[in-house]
Amino acid sequence: MWRLFLIALLGAAGTSQAEVGGDAENGQTLFRQCSGCHEVGQGARDRIGPHLNNIFDRPAGAADGYRYSAGLQRAADGGLVWTYETLDDFIENPRRLVSNTRMSFHGFEAQQERDDLLAYLRQFSASPGNIPEAAPTAAAVDHAVAPEVLAIIGDPAYGEYLSGECTSCHQASGATDGIPSIINWPAGDFVVVMHAYKEGVRAHPVMQMMAGRLSNEEIAALAAYFESIE
Amino acid sequence: MTFNRRIFLGSAAVTAGLLAAPMVRAQGKPRVVVVGGGAGGATAARYIAKDSQGAIDVTLVEPTRTYYTCFFSNLYLGGFRDMQSLGHSYGTLAAEYGINVVHDWAVGVDRDAKTVTLAGGSSLPYDRLILSPGIDFVDGAVEGWDLSSQNAMPHAYKGGSQTELLNAQIIAMPQGGTYAMVAPPNPYRCPPGPYERISMVAHTLKEVNPTAKILIADPKEKFSKQGLFEEGWNDHYAGMIERVGPDFGGADVVVDPAAMTLSIDGDVNNVDVCNVIPAMKAGRIAEIAGITEGSWAPVNAVDMSSKMDENIHVLGDAAAQGDMPKSGFSANSQAKVCANAVRGALTGSTVFPARFANTCWSLIDTEDGVKVGATYEATEEKIAKVDGFVSQTGESDELRAATYQESVGWYDGIVADMFG
Repeated sequence: MWRLFLIALLGAAGTSQAEVGGDAENGQTLFRQCSGCHEVGQGARDRIGPHLNNIFDRPAGAADGYRYSAGLQRAADGGLVWTYETLDDFIENPRRLVSNTRMSFHGFEAQQERDDLLAYLRQFSASPGNIPEAAPTAAAVDHAVAPEVLAIIGDPAYGEYLSGECTSCHQASGATDGIPSIINWPAGDFVVVMHAYKEGVRAHPVMQMMAGRLSNEEIAALAAYFESIE
Repeated sequence: MTFNRRIFLGSAAVTAGLLAAPMVRAQGKPRVVVVGGGAGGATAARYIAKDSQGAIDVTLVEPTRTYYTCFFSNLYLGGFRDMQSLGHSYGTLAAEYGINVVHDWAVGVDRDAKTVTLAGGSSLPYDRLILSPGIDFVDGAVEGWDLSSQNAMPHAYKGGSQTELLNAQIIAMPQGGTYAMVAPPNPYRCPPGPYERISMVAHTLKEVNPTAKILIADPKEKFSKQGLFEEGWNDHYAGMIERVGPDFGGADVVVDPAAMTLSIDGDVNNVDVCNVIPAMKAGRIAEIAGITEGSWAPVNAVDMSSKMDENIHVLGDAAAQGDMPKSGFSANSQAKVCANAVRGALTGSTVFPARFANTCWSLIDTEDGVKVGATYEATEEKIAKVDGFVSQTGESDELRAATYQESVGWYDGIVADMFG
């Protein structure tokens, strides 16, 4: 009931953060959990996930040029529109609202956290002209990979063979439940993440082990393959 | 074209009619026969069919129409999974990958003629044969036990009906009764499996029969993830579990299925459930094919080919390959190396270097998951370990819960990789 009240407020007034009950500043901190995959703000681009500028009132699945999961596409075809309420549901538990979404995120359980995050995102949504002159929210991970390593063009055929080591756990369909989807990532993001595991910057023993013996060329090959598969 | 094809089919039928045994004929393509539709065989069949895009004729021989995975069957005993969620059909492999799925037993291999004989009487010709038959039990391994006693004393070490039987017996135990396990000697399928099972049985008993006892007779000094399991048993099931190792006669065991007794070093225990997991060997067809040495089938690490026949490959539990544990994950990993090599040999496609990996998750109690894993490479001599890790004792609840969630994701991943 009070959620409806919030929406009414949103629609009626000029949307300062106090009125939506969320603390945008805390939302900005919380957004760090999202920024591995999503950018928002001036110059934001689609990365592992789509950019989030103007997400409010945007029909689901509508970021130009982003390849959505079949699950999200189905929800979009069913008429899902991102409102305060649907976004609130989604970030509480992405897979409950959109089954088979590739977004592998456990969700924000606390209503206050969701309100804070949405208050933050709301700032980038009023209208395109309203987006603050802020730098986009960083690259996928804060891990530097040498430009010559990023520049390696991977062999997708070799990547396909190597991918057998990934698909014992990560589903080739992009389905995600307990283990994240790794398909259709921008190759550069894939390379950065794998090197972060390889060098122990990202903490996960299985991934550190798997990435640990991949050469630069092999990582590039995997990135090329996973970017390309349908 | 159509006309020629008709002629060909017609003459083939005539030729077939002249043969003594019925032959299942392919149309001039290289033929791969895979025996066993588990983590090794189903994966190999799927990858060869998928990657050769119809250039190789793939037949998969598997007796069961619904395959119940042995991995995660312990979670069924703990009440965390239902049996239905562990069952998988071969329909997608047949319909979407064009694999000829034959539900029958392979009972003979003629290595000179390169044919596999089925229990139904048919004979399947092959250019390459992939055997992934899993395990069978060594006769006489546990005194007093043989396959005819598996209803009174289930092994429940092949997925499906045996697991359901063991579960029913656990539920029917009298209050304060005893569940006993005869643990197997090395090497055997799924090294942490018996101890995850103990954890899951304890979890169930704690709920329905909290005064029950668990007794393990174990011929091994040490076992997989021992520190993790013992920590968990102390934390969750204190006072419930007793393990008798070889120092105290754990290897000197006699069972009496009629009297429901388990004797350890001459000491007779009356038990209510007796889960006998005997010593294991390669699935019988490997022995019939004459490619075993001792209990297992030695293979070359580079392509999983038999050391005794270059046209036969052996995957998973049945293979003696070196350092990899016998697990579904290992079999799945070996299958992809083998599929790549077999495809290369038969069609000239690129053969990439062999590389293997394994990870085994175990559940100790609700949301208390642990894991162990390693990577491997092919050497002249064997599959050799490169690097590995194991969960640590004293990990946070949050990490253990995440590990369990990951194992659930892995299950979905590997069955998708096997069955499409």
